[in-house]
Amino acid sequence: MTDALLTLQGLTKAYPGVVANKDVSFSIRPGEVHALLGENGAGKSTLVKTIYGLVKPDSGSMTLRGETFAPSEPREARAKGVAMVFQHFSLFDALTVAENIALGMENPPKQREVAARVTSVSAQYGLPLDPWRVVGDLSAGERQRVEIVRCLLQDPKLLIMDEPTSVLTPQEVGILFETLRKLSAEGTAILYISHKLEEIRTICEAATILRLGEVVGTCDPRETSARAMAEMMVGQVLHVPERAAKPAGEVVLEITGLNAPAPHRFGTSLKDVTVTVRTGEVLGIGGVAGNGQDELVAALSGEVRVKPGMVALKGRDIGHLPANARRALGLLAAPEERMGHAAAPDMTLTENAVMTAATRENLTSRGFLDWGRARAFANRVIADFDVRTPGPDNAARSLSGGNLQKFVIGREILQKPDVFVVNQPTWGVDASAAAAIRQALLDLASAGAAVVCISQDLDELMEVSDRFCALNSGRLSDPRPAQGLTVEEIGLMLGGAHDLEVAHVEGGTPLQTGTAP
Amino acid sequence: MNLSAIDPILLLASLMVAATPIMLAAIGELVVERAGVLNLGVEGMMITGAVTGFVAATTTGSPWLGFVSAACGGALLSLVFGVLTQFLLSNQVATGLALTLFGLGLSALMGQGYIGIKAPAFPDWHVPLLGDIPVIGPIVFQHDPMVYVGLLIVLGVWAFLKFTQAGLVLRAVGENHDAAHALGYHVRRVRILAILFGGACAGLGGAYLSLVRVPQWTEGMTAGAGWIALAIVVFASWKPERLVLGAYLFGGVTVLQLNLQAAGVAVPVEILSMSPYLATIAVLVIMSAGRAPGSLGRIFHAAR
Repeated sequence: MTDALLTLQGLTKAYPGVVANKDVSFSIRPGEVHALLGENGAGKSTLVKTIYGLVKPDSGSMTLRGETFAPSEPREARAKGVAMVFQHFSLFDALTVAENIALGMENPPKQREVAARVTSVSAQYGLPLDPWRVVGDLSAGERQRVEIVRCLLQDPKLLIMDEPTSVLTPQEVGILFETLRKLSAEGTAILYISHKLEEIRTICEAATILRLGEVVGTCDPRETSARAMAEMMVGQVLHVPERAAKPAGEVVLEITGLNAPAPHRFGTSLKDVTVTVRTGEVLGIGGVAGNGQDELVAALSGEVRVKPGMVALKGRDIGHLPANARRALGLLAAPEERMGHAAAPDMTLTENAVMTAATRENLTSRGFLDWGRARAFANRVIADFDVRTPGPDNAARSLSGGNLQKFVIGREILQKPDVFVVNQPTWGVDASAAAAIRQALLDLASAGAAVVCISQDLDELMEVSDRFCALNSGRLSDPRPAQGLTVEEIGLMLGGAHDLEVAHVEGGTPLQTGTAP
Repeated sequence: MNLSAIDPILLLASLMVAATPIMLAAIGELVVERAGVLNLGVEGMMITGAVTGFVAATTTGSPWLGFVSAACGGALLSLVFGVLTQFLLSNQVATGLALTLFGLGLSALMGQGYIGIKAPAFPDWHVPLLGDIPVIGPIVFQHDPMVYVGLLIVLGVWAFLKFTQAGLVLRAVGENHDAAHALGYHVRRVRILAILFGGACAGLGGAYLSLVRVPQWTEGMTAGAGWIALAIVVFASWKPERLVLGAYLFGGVTVLQLNLQAAGVAVPVEILSMSPYLATIAVLVIMSAGRAPGSLGRIFHAAR
């Protein structure tokens, strides 16, 4: 490949105790959409940070358009035509769109001129954006547009995108892909990082797969199945969750006209949420984050008390009960944020186990803790859920995201709940741990419990749910059987159009997603 | 009690003088906090500035040299804070408190031979033409030059934050230091510079006390002015224009209560003495609606 835009040759980067990249080589042609695939910790982020000048490699070299390329800082990489859209948005909430964009420019002109250029570029690529709005008020999709426009204003030759679709609705993903195709047709190469394989098959022309810092394979994603790519990533045959056919049981959890005010300024109030859940079924609730997911979990778990008659467990009104009383009755919950919400980061796993399991597992007597039983319970969670840690006396903070998630989910499941509410069970968890968690949820349901699974990951919801509904601006759509639902139908449910309508995504006009304030 | 002894023109005129030290210290701290650093050592930097300024001015006989040395002294002390918090990643609250205690002790040591000496005169500046306007002239345009220097600094900070690229970078660093780092800005460099500016301003504020307002050196003479400056920054919602209001309000009530004390009002002196603090905090709490810079007080570590 003599016409390569960027070539990496033997890049190696080691941190104390871990080799992040080991002898990584590949190249990207102009206009190519190149996927970088790998599990969490495979070294994708380190690699792109090297290209963007945030990390210096220990050895190896890069060439950009035939010249040696060794950026010592992002400024230099940007000057040579490399731009990056970050996974966690690198935006400043209190500043306006124009100010945010000026910060990414080398010699920014006056604010008014920046604003004019934002308007013209956003019109050119179908990314509507008001330059004077404060970024803190924008939806996730709009924030991403700010990042992309910021990159496009530098006229990049290579655009790096780190997990760009994790926060978008299917319609927003469609708009993004249109933009990427336009860019690619103009000769801009795109390095696309994701672990959503179907997306990569849709948009990418080449893929490099990393595992434990090394390149383990390359493929043409248009001709490789998602399963084959996943197995290359994981390095083993993937276990697909199995579900046993089961009869629908009795109603255990009844939510009737649940209204709850937003707990803080940026929260979402719940509006007239009504749904029932039966034993043995998994109810999947989809929706873009910030549409009332946290509030719904809080109202069900008992973190927030609600008015009488709104939440009933096995026919008994529980809206006024606090969390431990609900646990005693059989309703358990696992919130989304594992560090600091589901688990106290600086306390040991045993201590964390006591926090939710004290009631149901009899870990206390007359106010005194039974440490022996507590440690035994924590050990049981660690063993049953394959949590990789030296022991239960380690702090929760020391576990990787996936391992801690297995621990907090396992801690609730081993208490044999009748109803289990879980929010984002596999967020930021690698493929094999995610498969294990989903299997555990399905097993729990087939053992006769009712599971409410709230997630942004539609593939996950389709895999585990029996019925599916969407949460939008605090309103819950009517549940529909999950089997046979198409991505378009789900997209419309998420977008707030509860009845199916014809979408008008042509011509670059985006759907209102209802997430903007 | 003799309220007629209070001359309203003189009262309003001394308001600007009483407000200046706090305004100087507060505008420095505002810049520091907009850069995302919480330096609780304002009191310590102020009193260090007060003593360095006083020593330099009495030794050389030049108040201007005194102010320059005070700014350097305050900045030097703040550099200790900067190195500790930005490079050695120590806790900002604890380090700031330690800085205040250190500054109080250090200034007492440095000022030992200077108690009871009078500072060289720092004559008022009668602004040509404007100073001759009746009523307004004596109130606004017949003060010592530092009053106007202080106002110019505030104006400069306001314009810097609002209109310049460097000001935008400083706000960005304070808002989200990780994102600023990812965009390739030097978080530590920006913060160290902001901390130095904050120290210099606090030093000026302290020297204004020892060279103009009192004007002599006594131990612990800042008497909590640094803490009021810190409070004014928060209640002014990190906005320079509100900060001026807060400082003048505090200065106004201070002067008024002193006059009332002198006039022999039948209110306990202790209550009069606490009134400026109460009034300033009450008014600013009522108006405050701002949001703190996103990264305020958080330790920045450019990890991986």
